[in-house]
Amino acid sequence: MLSAILVVGLLATIFGIVLGFSAVKFKVQGDPLVEKIDKLLPQTQCGQCGYPGCKPYAAAIANEAAEINQCPPGGEQTIQDLAALLNREIIPLNPENGAEKEKSVVIIDEETCIGCTLCIQACPIDAIVGAAKQMHTIIESECTGCDLCIPPCPVDCIIITPIKKDLTTWQWAKPTELGINNSDKQAQVATDDQ
Amino acid sequence: MISKLFKFKGGVHIPQHKESSTQLAVEPASIPKRLILPLTQHIGTPAAPIVEVGQKVLKGEKIAQADGYVSAPVHAPTSGIIEDIGDYPLPHPSGMLAQCIVIKPDGEDRWIELKGHSGDYKQLDPSELRNIIRSSGIVGLGGAGFPTSIKHNPGPDRVIDTLILNGAECEPYITCDDMLMREKSREIICGLLITKHALQAKRCIIAIENNKTLAIESMQQAAKEFADRNIEVVAIPTVYPAGSEKQIIYTITGKETPKNGLPLHIGVVCQNVGTTAAVYRAIHHGEPLISRYVTIAGDVKQPRNLEVLFGTSANDLIEQCGGSTADIRRIIIGGPMMGFAMQQITIPVIKTTNCILIDAGQTKDLHTRQYTMPCIRCDSCADVCPVNLLPQQLYWFSKAQELDRIQEYNVFDCIECGCCDYVCPSQIPLVQYYRFAKSEIWKRERETQKSDAARDRHEFHQFRIDREKAEKAEKLRQKKAALKIKKQATDQSNEIGNNDKKEAEPKNAAIVAAMERVKAKKAQQKVEPKNTDDLTDHQKKLVTEIDQRRAEQRETQVSNSNDNAKMDNKEL
Amino acid sequence: MSLYAPSSPHIHNDNSITKIMLKVLYALIPGILVYIYIFGFGVAINILLAIITALSCEAIMLKIRQRPIMPFITDGSAVITAVLLALSIPSIAPWWIIFLGTAFSIIIAKHLYGGLGYNPFNPAMVGYAMLLISFPQQMTTWQLSTPATFIGLPDSFKFIFGDHTPAQLATDAISGATPLDYLKNQLGLSHHVSDIMNSSNVFGLLGGNGFEWISIAFLIGGLWLVKQKIIHWHIPATMIGSLAAVATLFYVIDPDQYASPLFHIFSGATILGAFFIATDPVSAATTAKGKIIYGACIGLLIYIIRTWGGYPDAIAFAVLLMNMSAPTIDYYTKPKTYGH
Ligand code: SF4
Ligand code: SF4
Repeated sequence: MLSAILVVGLLATIFGIVLGFSAVKFKVQGDPLVEKIDKLLPQTQCGQCGYPGCKPYAAAIANEAAEINQCPPGGEQTIQDLAALLNREIIPLNPENGAEKEKSVVIIDEETCIGCTLCIQACPIDAIVGAAKQMHTIIESECTGCDLCIPPCPVDCIIITPIKKDLTTWQWAKPTELGINNSDKQAQVATDDQ
Repeated sequence: MISKLFKFKGGVHIPQHKESSTQLAVEPASIPKRLILPLTQHIGTPAAPIVEVGQKVLKGEKIAQADGYVSAPVHAPTSGIIEDIGDYPLPHPSGMLAQCIVIKPDGEDRWIELKGHSGDYKQLDPSELRNIIRSSGIVGLGGAGFPTSIKHNPGPDRVIDTLILNGAECEPYITCDDMLMREKSREIICGLLITKHALQAKRCIIAIENNKTLAIESMQQAAKEFADRNIEVVAIPTVYPAGSEKQIIYTITGKETPKNGLPLHIGVVCQNVGTTAAVYRAIHHGEPLISRYVTIAGDVKQPRNLEVLFGTSANDLIEQCGGSTADIRRIIIGGPMMGFAMQQITIPVIKTTNCILIDAGQTKDLHTRQYTMPCIRCDSCADVCPVNLLPQQLYWFSKAQELDRIQEYNVFDCIECGCCDYVCPSQIPLVQYYRFAKSEIWKRERETQKSDAARDRHEFHQFRIDREKAEKAEKLRQKKAALKIKKQATDQSNEIGNNDKKEAEPKNAAIVAAMERVKAKKAQQKVEPKNTDDLTDHQKKLVTEIDQRRAEQRETQVSNSNDNAKMDNKEL
Repeated sequence: MSLYAPSSPHIHNDNSITKIMLKVLYALIPGILVYIYIFGFGVAINILLAIITALSCEAIMLKIRQRPIMPFITDGSAVITAVLLALSIPSIAPWWIIFLGTAFSIIIAKHLYGGLGYNPFNPAMVGYAMLLISFPQQMTTWQLSTPATFIGLPDSFKFIFGDHTPAQLATDAISGATPLDYLKNQLGLSHHVSDIMNSSNVFGLLGGNGFEWISIAFLIGGLWLVKQKIIHWHIPATMIGSLAAVATLFYVIDPDQYASPLFHIFSGATILGAFFIATDPVSAATTAKGKIIYGACIGLLIYIIRTWGGYPDAIAFAVLLMNMSAPTIDYYTKPKTYGH
């Protein structure tokens, strides 16, 4: 008994020292908090969070002036990542700011565009090219899908399109562990997935 | 002479089921009514079509050309008419559609004029050989489909010590390489010699699993003729995955392909037997790659190998093997360990299709998992992992989506051989977990890249706006300063007094006038950067015109999805 | 038409947890038979009792945790836990001991930690440790193994359920301390090892009288398991190896004070522990190197606790202590990946 206690105590002490030591030794000296938070935000720059862009929202989170659930484009994933970074509770997305939706881009209907340049000024990332009275177009690969260019357009020629799925972006699904359906017999479920 | 083989770690012994499909000699499959040729039959960028619908093509004619370095052209497998260029299902687990060229064969099967280099290939420069191989559309036929010409280009000062010809074919059921080695051993060896010449390799080792006695005999027979060329046929132990590139290299040379490296970094190139046979046909006869041996096995009446034109539907082949023995419930392209189950049976055979495996519930060995239990950390998976990973740890991390940790445990070294999955007593779909984790990591990677780019652009956007503001302010300041100097000058020459006021008044008037002018000009130029409220007449006119045009359009194409989106958008 | 299209591999070798557990059970049979032959039917009753308790507790817990019952009940893991626990406690212990121990193992040590695959500690050993701490008296009173003390089925029943001695035998005559316990006490009274061994009939040829034969039977079963690739050789080999090594060291230094390595190996639950308890996959280290460290440390701890600790046998505590460090060991013993 005595030695058991001794050994446990010893082990605990050793682990404690190792842990404490490594915590000091391997402490990650990284970017300031705002940068770190900003890295996790989707950079859509849509302002749905109520701040004029991702960086200001990141700053607000860092100052504890904002909750981590205000970003609809980032959705659940971003909330989880932020919660992990900041050691906060995972909370559901604030529905007032909108819902998480499928990633999309916008395109300009070339037939309709009158070349008014209004959308160009609205785009937070300069992803629209065009000149006055010339047809405008959106650089699809750069578009973040923030939809900020849609309201200014006088002729409603900007259209939301979901991002095309192709073989390069196709993903394997995470196994559900619902057992695998073998033949017609409904497979049994036996998992401890919490 | 190879004195010693090396035993790679792990691996499993799986019932082979190879006898039934090797009973009959290989015959050409009949030409189907329609050939559907995907433009992605290889790794890399899809080929670009160079034909038009309705055009007549001859057998062997190039119908799509390589687009970029890592790409391969596609040739017409038979003569006929281009019926369509459009989206058709690919032999891909996603069941997605992608661009394909559809040929309606005319039944004549007429070749284009072929020009071969029989015998004199040695006069050709390796780079010329590579060009022929490239334009013949040859890619690795073992399964990966990497363009062969690239493999044949090790770079200027790489010495290739060993060229391994992979005839292991370790997956159960598949016998197409086995049959090829039995029937076309001479072609294979000639192709091997060409490859050896192209690579300037010192020695060639033909590695065949020791359960393929007939193939080994036939290859040895054929190799005898070239006894002075440093070719050796080696029987390697039958254990899955002996035919995987990394494992076969280890078995033969005892060297490991470095991580993130290629076999040629250790002086080895590995080539599938089918590929070398294709190389032979391309060089000696000038024939592009248009067909291959395919095993049709599993629950079909007569399992066998057929020589199949690319683009032939799996369904047609099943029919030619007497149909399935019961209702098909799974169709697997490739072997049971690494092949992909398809959502349809009408998918076409492509360059990398080595086997079509049918599961109609009649073969007991083709059973799958019954149910998944929790991992009991029994470690069977780690015992069999040929790359020495810790599959159960990867599983935990993938399940918990700890993507950093899973990379720390080298998930990207996993070759997805399925050994761990095969032996797991809890019957966990381990490989799918790794695939999920890998594709999730890629997705995150893409997203990070995109959001980084967006951040940069946004920052630049802010910077640009600030700069413009600053520039404007600067200009204003300069003007003011200039005015001041002028004023001072006038002040100096004039008396100080109420002149000031008199001077200022016309000045103010001038500014107001200028502003008016600018406004008027702006109005004229119709570039007023405001929303609809302040639109100029002309703009308003444009708007109404557009609205009219759109209304007409809507009437004509109500079902158009774009329009739907637009309307949705309006509702918002 | 959309066919069933799961990820590869599309075949499986049809192994299952149930099959593994069954093999472990088969491997235990020779040991159990010898046990019965030497000590009577007490152990058989204990095992049965433990299995029934374990399965009922398992079913109840699965129900409460809303898990599918059939696959887990039939996986065999609860049965193994029950049998191992039953084999570790004295065959003349009263029924409530085995009942409490098994229930504790299954409910607390297994299900409260998340059930099969999630328990960081070996459930049977947690149950055993709980019993040993709570009921030291009952847990250390073993039956003596002399032909005269073989207890038949009816008497065993009386012992276990009636909690009283069969009429024709005095309790003292059939029960006493285990060889390890006895040795320890006597050494405490500064007797010499050889004298002690000669003075009492609890000692046999190799270890404890009777225990040695049981151990050999377990050894045979264990070797069969290794051959069947159900367990790896690493843990048993290094555990017995390190125990033997330290024992030899001290035995050479002072044979009067320290028992021989053979005695250590064939007394108590060393063999059972090495092949059946320490190898419990869920709670042990999993990498090859890790297993070696893990086994060696258990062997060492056993010797330390047996010789200087407060408890005569030490398998449970040694195993539990090492269970705690298994994740850390695993972390630092990652094997080299191909090509790295
Ligand atoms: S084989 Fe399956 S149960 Fe065993 S450790 Fe690996 S994943 Fe877990
Ligand atoms: S699938 Fe990956 S982890 Fe599993 S055995 Fe093969 S290489 Fe190892």
